[in-house]
Amino acid sequence: MKLETFSFDIDADGIAHAVFDVPGRSMNTLTGKAVADIIAFTQEVATNDAIKGLVISSGKASGFCAGADLGEMGDRAGSGGSSEPKSEAETKKAQFDAGFSLNKTLRQLETCGKPVAVALNGLALGGGLEVALAGHYRVAANDNPKLQFGLPEAKIGLLPGAGGTQRLPRLVGVQTALPLILQGESFDAEKALAMGVVNELAPSSETVAKAKAWVKANPKAKAPWDEKGFKVPGGVPHRAPGAGQVMTMANAMLHAKTYGNYPAQLNILSCVYEGIMVPIDAGLRIETRYFINTQQRPEAKAMIRSLFLSTQALSKGGNRPAGYPKYELKKVAVIGAGLMGAGIAYVQAKAGIPTVLVDVSMENAEKGKDYSRKLVEKDVSRGKLTQEKGDALLALITPTTSYDDVKGADLVVEAVFENEELKAKITKMAEEQLGEEAVMGSNTSTLPITGLAKASKRPANFIGIHFFSPVERMGLVEIISGKETSEATLAKTIDYVLAIRKTPIVVNDSRGFYTSRCFGTYTREGMEMLAEGIKPAIIENVGRQCGMPMGALEVTDSVGIDTALKVTRATAEAMGADVQGDERTQFLAWLVEDQGRVGRKAGKGFYDYNEKGKPERLWPDINKMIEVKVDECPPALKKELTHRFLVRQAIEVARCFEEGVITDARDADIGSILAWGFAPYTGGCASYMDLIWGIKPFVEEADRLADKYGERFRPNDLLRDMAAKGEGFYDRFPPGGEKAKAAA
Amino acid sequence: MNEAYVYDAVRTPRGKGKSSGSLHEITALSLGTQVLQAIRDRNELDTAMVDDVVFGCVSPVGEQGGDIARIAVLNADYADTTAGVQVDRFCASGLEACNMAASKVMTGEADMAIGGGVESMSRVPMGAAGGAWSSDPQIAIKSYFSPQGVGADTIATKWGFSRDDVDAFAVESQKRAARAWKEGRFAKSIVPVKDQMGGIRLDHDEHMRPEADMQSLAALQPSFLGMGAMGFDEVIKQRYPELEKINHVHHAGNSSGIVDGASAVLFGTKEMGERFGMKPRARIRAMASIGSEPGIMLTGPTDVSLKALKKAGMNPEDIDLYELNEAFASVVLLMMHNLNIPHDKMNVNGGAIAMGHPLGATGGMLMGTMVDELERSGKETALITLCVGAGMGTATIIERV
Repeated sequence: MKLETFSFDIDADGIAHAVFDVPGRSMNTLTGKAVADIIAFTQEVATNDAIKGLVISSGKASGFCAGADLGEMGDRAGSGGSSEPKSEAETKKAQFDAGFSLNKTLRQLETCGKPVAVALNGLALGGGLEVALAGHYRVAANDNPKLQFGLPEAKIGLLPGAGGTQRLPRLVGVQTALPLILQGESFDAEKALAMGVVNELAPSSETVAKAKAWVKANPKAKAPWDEKGFKVPGGVPHRAPGAGQVMTMANAMLHAKTYGNYPAQLNILSCVYEGIMVPIDAGLRIETRYFINTQQRPEAKAMIRSLFLSTQALSKGGNRPAGYPKYELKKVAVIGAGLMGAGIAYVQAKAGIPTVLVDVSMENAEKGKDYSRKLVEKDVSRGKLTQEKGDALLALITPTTSYDDVKGADLVVEAVFENEELKAKITKMAEEQLGEEAVMGSNTSTLPITGLAKASKRPANFIGIHFFSPVERMGLVEIISGKETSEATLAKTIDYVLAIRKTPIVVNDSRGFYTSRCFGTYTREGMEMLAEGIKPAIIENVGRQCGMPMGALEVTDSVGIDTALKVTRATAEAMGADVQGDERTQFLAWLVEDQGRVGRKAGKGFYDYNEKGKPERLWPDINKMIEVKVDECPPALKKELTHRFLVRQAIEVARCFEEGVITDARDADIGSILAWGFAPYTGGCASYMDLIWGIKPFVEEADRLADKYGERFRPNDLLRDMAAKGEGFYDRFPPGGEKAKAAA
Repeated sequence: MNEAYVYDAVRTPRGKGKSSGSLHEITALSLGTQVLQAIRDRNELDTAMVDDVVFGCVSPVGEQGGDIARIAVLNADYADTTAGVQVDRFCASGLEACNMAASKVMTGEADMAIGGGVESMSRVPMGAAGGAWSSDPQIAIKSYFSPQGVGADTIATKWGFSRDDVDAFAVESQKRAARAWKEGRFAKSIVPVKDQMGGIRLDHDEHMRPEADMQSLAALQPSFLGMGAMGFDEVIKQRYPELEKINHVHHAGNSSGIVDGASAVLFGTKEMGERFGMKPRARIRAMASIGSEPGIMLTGPTDVSLKALKKAGMNPEDIDLYELNEAFASVVLLMMHNLNIPHDKMNVNGGAIAMGHPLGATGGMLMGTMVDELERSGKETALITLCVGAGMGTATIIERV
């Protein structure tokens, strides 16, 4: 037996020991090779009479196994697989057999009559935990704080397909298992022991020995579900009183939370419901069928690609221009200690970067530092941070009023008001203190960087660094290259964003850049609906139900209706429209100027807010000015409104591609999900067009919407060209591809 | 096609559907048996001429399982040749059983058949039969499954029935039921339930609260607020995005009561009546069932009534008396609103809010109530209907003869 990813030895007592150790990788994943090896050693254990039992452990310090290999999985997802012409029945059989192979093997291992114990010194996630669950006994390390277990498949649109949906509920009961599988949150060794997911805890140096000892002491091990008279903890739906109620509530809670947008989670529920009512062998077959059903959905491919592969790539600098040395940040200055500046200072200090926080008065600067003090205090009081580390973090932030303190900074983030003159003044003052190599960054969400760079004496070093609020919670930073911005500056800025542990996307200059510009279309479509007389509750509910984090009116309240009014007036003016005569402008002006309903900050906008700033109810008088013409929303209308919301945003994204604002499909997807919460089940705006629709049907739908509702939906030439050529965004705008060209 | 005539209708009083209820000590089989014996004895039936007994039962498991209709036939000492079948159309099971019995007469399958139903909710709790709808994710999510009470509250929210509206309706139901009992309007149909010694166990509907008023009802907490908050409000809003939030107005005082009881209605051809000297009391004019949107679940009565009216060639105003099961107050208010039915034509003797809703038995009870009331008031036509789980409605139009 020749294995590539496991070592395999048999000791004097006949106990085999398989050590999982994928060569050349820091972490074990269940690659195709690894699965083949598991199949091979399972045969060996089952058939070799000299082997009395098996211990499985890992040769990696990083842990046992992180689960499936998502690179391989992503390639297979979203399609029916084989392109060879076969009958439907043959294709389905081949798909089932391939999908069932690991399940079949693990079940063989579980029932071979020899004891199998697993030593878990580090993390075991997804398929890693599923392999462990197929053993009869699990020993976990009690001295590794990084150890975690979990079945996170649902987070990326998949379901555990190696027995996880069958063994976990049989082990811990349906009620306990469902949230773990549906939400994919991980849990630690203590909790695993308490639930019965592992049987014993031991120091990591002893787990293998403990596992061996158990194998020796239990020569005829069986899984609990193979014992006569086995009962699922908490009962089986329709067999035990109340057990069906667990499913009823799980269905409702999932439906309430995810609006039925995630096929994987529905299928997880079905795996558990259908599988738990039959013997485990049948349950495993049911699981495999649902696994394949899930894997073939476009949502699975989109989610694996964006939420895992692309997110991981970008957060490791996947969009960084090559050929520049890593930029070390020994000191970073933040100018402007308002909400954004204070947050930026905090994330820098948290990442260990000495930070100067500049404001016009010491009082303001200290107030900015208070933001960090409060966050540290909270973390210390919750035991997430030691006082010592908290103090060290705070010591890294130097509040000041003097630009002398900016001297020697490797990078400056200017985070003052969105005022071009003020920003120009600060750029000049800061640059006087900076060396030739230092980066001058401006945190702005709308002002074109090329314009701001005019104030700079080194426009090649000038760049936009757009943070999102609240900075400590938002994982994305939008980096904007101006016309003159050099590639070296871009590389340095990406290094900075990675250093503060955020995910960077890189875009080119344009009004509103990428995120603000595209996001704005969502709220504007909501305003269009309002103007058409669609009942506000319909606008808000459909917005949330199609996967957006908030209703369009609630978002407008958060941004400020006064801001929306300003933008609407400016846009109307720019387009030469009659500002006074425009109905939308009049409506917003009435809200802001007559009614004082400027949004959440005033406690009243489209919504009335409670003292905690949470929306209580839609303001009943919204429709004083606009007559409600549509007050029912049957499924056909809901679908239409859903398409209007999502297609409108996607069309704007396509325009950004055409205009060269964005040049890498990954930036578009990750930006849309992380910056403005675009329906994550779609994989982001580009994947929504690519996979959920397909470019050709998307163009047809957008044309239909444009004919019906206006040119804002009209597909651009780029989309038509892509449709004609059968290209997707990931073909046309592949990772890193056009960036150098577009930036030049 | 034969005409199907109603020759008689009986029902038990309704006992509170809990362990302290008077009928908790009486088996479901005994309830079913007693109505079958009563209808036989009152009419001196030759049971060999009764072809079939169709009983509604919504929780046909345990002592109510295994075709309770046939088992009750045997226990009532009917002829061995009388068949029995149990049907389940949720809350309309009893009316569906009557419609099936009438259909058998109309098609000639049977010359005489009995419809009705039995439900001991104190002994076999609601939901005991399980079912896929709420628990199987594939259908629960697709069809926006929500508990009936959330559906009833959704009706109230969507059509603007306030807590005062539904409470006022409930108070009136109690008043009407109390008056009907006082004036003996149910006397013709009521068969007191006997105990194991042959003594009278219950001779009146014991769920009623004639003293209920707006103040006492106002003190009751909404029953479905918690269920709604656990997720069902968000679920139902996905089917009705026009609703900002669900106004939970229903509670124990304006919803149907949980009770035990049984009913039986005798159908036959004209010839059978002549042969046994029975006077027909009513004639079936039309019957219908329909499916409606399942999430809100309880809007079927309007559509099924219109369907039955169309089959009968009638308009809503041609009906003298409407009897719609008071599953929840909003259900009745909605049908009155939709078909423009004045309250003095609707549930004139109260309904399930006052007297209770013994699921499988109710349809037969409502039919009997209407036959009695047409005779008492000298009116001509009545429409009986119920809202039904999973989004359905069943209706029957009868005419006094």
